Amino acid sequence: MPVESIFGRLEELLPRVAKPIQYVGGELNSVVKEWDAAEVRWALMYPDAYEVGVPNQGIQILYEVLNEREGVLAERTYAVWPDLEALMREHGVPQFTVDAHRPVGAFDVLGVSFATEMGYTNLLTALDLAGVPLHAADRTDEHPVVLAGGHSAFNPEPVADFLDATVLGDGEEIALAVTELIREWKREGRPGGRDGLLERLAATGGVYVPKFYDVSYHPDGRIAAYTPNRPGVPWRVAKHTVMDLDAWPYPKRPLVPLAESVHERYSVEIFRGCTRGCRFCQAGMITRPVRERSLTTVGDMVEQGLKASGFQEVGLLSLSSADHSEIGDIAKGLADRYEGTNTGLSLPSTRVDAFNIDLANELTRNGRRSGLTFAPEGGSERMRRVINKMVTEDDLIRTVTAAYAAGWRQVKLYFMCGLPTETDDDVLQIGRLATEVIRAGREVTGRRDIRCTVSIGGFVPKPQTPFQWVGQTHHTVVDARLRKLRDTLRADKQYGRAIGFRYHDGEPSTIEGLLSRGDRRVGAVIEAVWADGGRFDGWSEHFSYQRWHDCAERALAPHGVDLDWFTTRERERDEVLPWDHLDAGLDRDWLWQDWQDALHGEDAVEVDDCRWTPCYDCGVCPSMGTEIQIGPTGRKLLPLSVVGKG
Amino acid sequence: MRFASHRDIARALERALRRAGLPVAYSAGFSPHPKISYAGAAPTGVASEAEYFELTLSADLPPETVRAALDDSMPEGIDVLDAVFAGEGSLADRLTASDWRIELPGVDAERAGTAAAAFLAADTVEVERLTKKGRRRFDTRAAVAHLRVEPAGTREAQSAYAIIRMVVRHTTPAVRPDDVLTGLHQVAGLAPPSPPLVTRLAQGPLDEASGVIANPLAREGQDR
Ligand code: SF4
Repeated sequence: MPVESIFGRLEELLPRVAKPIQYVGGELNSVVKEWDAAEVRWALMYPDAYEVGVPNQGIQILYEVLNEREGVLAERTYAVWPDLEALMREHGVPQFTVDAHRPVGAFDVLGVSFATEMGYTNLLTALDLAGVPLHAADRTDEHPVVLAGGHSAFNPEPVADFLDATVLGDGEEIALAVTELIREWKREGRPGGRDGLLERLAATGGVYVPKFYDVSYHPDGRIAAYTPNRPGVPWRVAKHTVMDLDAWPYPKRPLVPLAESVHERYSVEIFRGCTRGCRFCQAGMITRPVRERSLTTVGDMVEQGLKASGFQEVGLLSLSSADHSEIGDIAKGLADRYEGTNTGLSLPSTRVDAFNIDLANELTRNGRRSGLTFAPEGGSERMRRVINKMVTEDDLIRTVTAAYAAGWRQVKLYFMCGLPTETDDDVLQIGRLATEVIRAGREVTGRRDIRCTVSIGGFVPKPQTPFQWVGQTHHTVVDARLRKLRDTLRADKQYGRAIGFRYHDGEPSTIEGLLSRGDRRVGAVIEAVWADGGRFDGWSEHFSYQRWHDCAERALAPHGVDLDWFTTRERERDEVLPWDHLDAGLDRDWLWQDWQDALHGEDAVEVDDCRWTPCYDCGVCPSMGTEIQIGPTGRKLLPLSVVGKG
Repeated sequence: MRFASHRDIARALERALRRAGLPVAYSAGFSPHPKISYAGAAPTGVASEAEYFELTLSADLPPETVRAALDDSMPEGIDVLDAVFAGEGSLADRLTASDWRIELPGVDAERAGTAAAAFLAADTVEVERLTKKGRRRFDTRAAVAHLRVEPAGTREAQSAYAIIRMVVRHTTPAVRPDDVLTGLHQVAGLAPPSPPLVTRLAQGPLDEASGVIANPLAREGQDR
């Protein structure tokens, strides 16, 4: 069946929408393959606006990995803004890919990457515009398989009704494995139709097909059990872990859009995983163990990536980049190589210690020097012990004053509010810490123009973490604590003016909480919100708490549960959690014990990092057959022979 | 490239320069930027076959080498057609007028012709537009050196499809094709049912007598 580009029809609508450039594709390094020559066709979706989605690493990597394969085609699609959505509906234009403007409904797979839960309503818009039934149960052999991945896939239950399948963990290998299964199944003449394919995927043990599991509930609303409802379906589905990052040096040819995007840089992951053990951090828990990319591969990737893109900045990504065993050599090596070329280096996450200041100085040698960010996360020593973020106040003051002394004028401190066992006083300590930072900074530098910005986010308990059982602090409590803190800072005549204060109100955190730890019954809430016009929930100007609240009341009432039940309720040790059958490798008993350890307040038990201390049996390595992979390799980056110097 | 803004194009150019490895000169200062100056950039939503910019390099390279390297590195849809050494005077001085084509799907050629005649017959046609400096009112008639409706071609013959060609002087405030369309609407009620497709065909020095726009990169004094 020939598949035509819809661009002609789209082009007529574009002059009538905002930022039309985001819908025309044509990015440098994008790929358009011949439709009929491909056996397996993927549409990859990042369910947010183009400007946010286009730099996404996960999508870029899969896009390249898949397109490199013979007989496989991958294109990209993003959420369209409501202005274009309305016109597309009016003129019958379907959800399209930006590469060749092909209708998404014509692909074999729609692969969706969920970095956050706030993109769920955008998935529904895309499905609906694509002419794909919202519910997986209503789809026929005509429709693409809707397959989700990304961090939110570690509890996909709230969107289980809308997804045919999900995968956990690193996408590279499993995307190719899924591709080969589809190829075989198509070559054999699609035996068993759609369910035949889903059964083959489920049988691998590495793909979760929600509709192959029945959920039963206790009279009080808690889950009784998840039970596979057909033979060959595993009780638990395991995550995927790529074990040699050097063998997967993607992206090699980064996408460079004409339109402006949120990250205008070439990003390279210098390692995956983090074992610092911060108890709130889902990313750290689900990506274990640490696997480093070697310094030489990082160097090669940066060289190739800059050549292929023309970007002026390099981002060294990971969950805690300063922890790479050879970060100093990487930073110095790259700064030397690109000296005089106006190429900036950035490290998105910085740890609180003095070593970081040297590193930051090195990184900004060739580029701009804006501000430094540190994340103590908790305002009081006690709070930091609870979350296992082991930074003492002395460390923090010493680090920050060193930054001021090194010439940085602006320091940003990141905290969370609403953490387990938190009191008003813990939050007020944030203010005390900030004033102490300014006082010490003024003393060291003798200047009054140094600034410190306190940026605060609401804590949302996440699945597959030691805090998966806790009751979320109600957003009104969080808001009240933060108002108190703000008032205290404002009243401080001496230091208040040097301290910036940033926080968003807490309502979205409650909805994020619902979507993070919800189960299948939450699907009806998402659908109701979407039907009522809910779109782009990650954008404050589009998010409506009232709408979510009202839809939740209505859709959950028949089950005898509500918004609070999913968010502020503390779970018991033995309660079946909606993600218990999805295996991130973490030992449930270890998670529980770690949660209990957190509760000892001042004496909370500290967990060290297993990179430097013996394994403490979180369970991941033995159950996933993985191991820690770190350097040092002892090698150095050699100067490049040809670098265009300006 | 119709939907790319000037900023989008500028960013693409800077990246192409880096990819091509051309030795661009950077400005000094806190946040150095490449020395590129633009003149007469086309507004967003308009296609163009004639955009110009001036680039300072830190090494002496043959213009053709620079052109070829840049052309290779620019995204699809942007071609680098010609490069010469910058001469005396600014680029803007050489770009005094533009030749525009405006396609009006759904508009009858005869109807467009009447509107054009009415516009040309007027002494002044004042329009209002929101500019960066707020709402401004200015004349569009004086800037228009030529304006005519092309005879309907065979492709478009079946349905109404008017094509306007016009030469507009570069003035301050700039008179843009959509300002002229606003003018045509004001003097003759011309209201296209769907968005017009505007293309800049040429830019350069206008010979007032003949109404011809010359090549701004004409090869005088190129071998400095
Ligand atoms: S199993 Fe041991 S070594 Fe592996 S991530 Fe867990 S604590 Fe670290």
